[in-house]
Amino acid sequence: MKQNTDRFPKLTLILFAAITLCVMALCVCVGSVSVSLKATFSGIRAAIAASIVLTVRLPRVICVALTGAALAVSGAAMQGLLKNPLADGSTLGVSSGAALGAVLAIALGITFPGLPFAGTMVMAILVAFGSLILILALAFRMDHSLSTNTIILIGVIFSMFVSSAMNVIITFASDKLKSITFWTMGSMQHTSYENVLVLAVTLLICSTVLLCHMRELNAFAVGEDNARAIGVDVRRVKLTVMITVSVLIGVCVSIGGSIAFVGLVTPHMMRMIVGPNHRKLLPASLFGGAVFLLFADLIARTLLNPIELPIGVVTSLVGAVVFIVIFFRTRRAG
Amino acid sequence: MLTVKNLSVRYGDAQILSDLSFEVNEGDWLMIVGPNGAGKSTTLSAIVGSAPHTGSLQFEGRELSAMRSAERARKIGILAQSHHAEYAFTVEEIVRLGRYAYTSGLFNRSRDDEEDHIAEALEMTGLTALRRQRINTLSGGELQRTFLAQVFAQEPRLLLLDEPTNHLDLIYQKQVFAIISDWLKTPGRAVASVVHDLSLARAYGTRALLLDHGRCAASGTIDEIFRPENINGVYGMDVAEWMRSLLRQWEA
Repeated sequence: MKQNTDRFPKLTLILFAAITLCVMALCVCVGSVSVSLKATFSGIRAAIAASIVLTVRLPRVICVALTGAALAVSGAAMQGLLKNPLADGSTLGVSSGAALGAVLAIALGITFPGLPFAGTMVMAILVAFGSLILILALAFRMDHSLSTNTIILIGVIFSMFVSSAMNVIITFASDKLKSITFWTMGSMQHTSYENVLVLAVTLLICSTVLLCHMRELNAFAVGEDNARAIGVDVRRVKLTVMITVSVLIGVCVSIGGSIAFVGLVTPHMMRMIVGPNHRKLLPASLFGGAVFLLFADLIARTLLNPIELPIGVVTSLVGAVVFIVIFFRTRRAG
Repeated sequence: MLTVKNLSVRYGDAQILSDLSFEVNEGDWLMIVGPNGAGKSTTLSAIVGSAPHTGSLQFEGRELSAMRSAERARKIGILAQSHHAEYAFTVEEIVRLGRYAYTSGLFNRSRDDEEDHIAEALEMTGLTALRRQRINTLSGGELQRTFLAQVFAQEPRLLLLDEPTNHLDLIYQKQVFAIISDWLKTPGRAVASVVHDLSLARAYGTRALLLDHGRCAASGTIDEIFRPENINGVYGMDVAEWMRSLLRQWEA
């Protein structure tokens, strides 16, 4: 029997995990108040002395890593599913939908007793779902095969519509303008262990669903007709992946706001390292997204210390430049 | 093997196919021929389920629409005329996708013989040495052979070809048709292909289905269909005389 080269090598997996953990440790140590690595770990034992590490940095760093992983794996899945290297959650219109839901929650002051962040989260997920259903219904009405081009077209139009709607809300909710604006640019400043729990559970379930569809995503990345020809249940897989991605993005947006470019750029970077096979690309994107967003958060916290930049501004600045470089290199190679 | 009865396809107001009926039996290489817009490719699209249609499509007595996607893929494979590679998969990764219909369980666990089938498909198409090569570096002929290997790995009984050599140079046309001829030699298999080049259809086909404006103009053995009274009317020209005139230029 010939050797199967289609698996993600264990050594690479360990290497990726080690890099992610090292970057996480670095991000816990570095900030407006620097804590040495030794003090960080001894501080965990003496909890009071290291209150910054335990109550502020650690939940934030874990949230950033989980959000980066979630956004990147969503982007990788969408780029494969739609056979479009420019696709990510925002292409589907889900990010915009989630953002609209969260802005509505902030503007209208929707909260749940005892769960301060639940109002934004529930609204983000609900409107993300609603957006998905609306986009798919419109796409189905135009094209019964739910072709990727139709979905992307409607997703882009929907995103533009939502952007206008958000501007209207911001105009009328001027007293909450700062909160909304900061949030729409992305912020991981007030994350907590509750956020960590929600993100971890969501990422565990959703990434498992996506990892179960690695072969199907490879087939879609070659072409939807090819996927149908080799026996993929095209409509079922498409719906499963899209719903999974919308849940992931809905939860991420509700916690950290709109953080652009992570889902778009990270899969491109990982594709250059491990290739386009989703058996390798999805796990690599989980780690790559975490590392990318951890560095972006580190820059956001430390660049203009003590002023903190919105994390979405950093990812957009870095991501746009990185994306243009990758795009030129890929096109030249292709 | 495949029985098509009263197949009709309509896109909006346009009737693409009307009441088309034909059969493909074991050992057949059915050539679906006809001028542009006759409905040749739409016929194949309806069989693989990517074109909405009415009528009956049965494989060995079972309606194709009643089969699950994977079951249908184990019986029928299709090779498209061209492939646009957005991502640089390797030849082996493309061929491996052909085994999708044989995977099982939540994580699509592959069967133990997957590697053997992939190796066999690569060997049949002469791609063993290129198995690690990225598809964006292949020539048109090599790319078409890669997707042919994917279809072979799928182990279908019926192979559908949609103008498989349309964009290929002569040498690659010859290669692809020779490989498919070899594949068809195994009992229990059949091929149905849409071909523009009537000389290729005449050379390799055993049966033919002549379409004209979405209807069956004639069907039967290759010798029966490739007669001037059938072909010339549908194409609106003396096809054989034109081909002879082309050949005379080579002989002069």
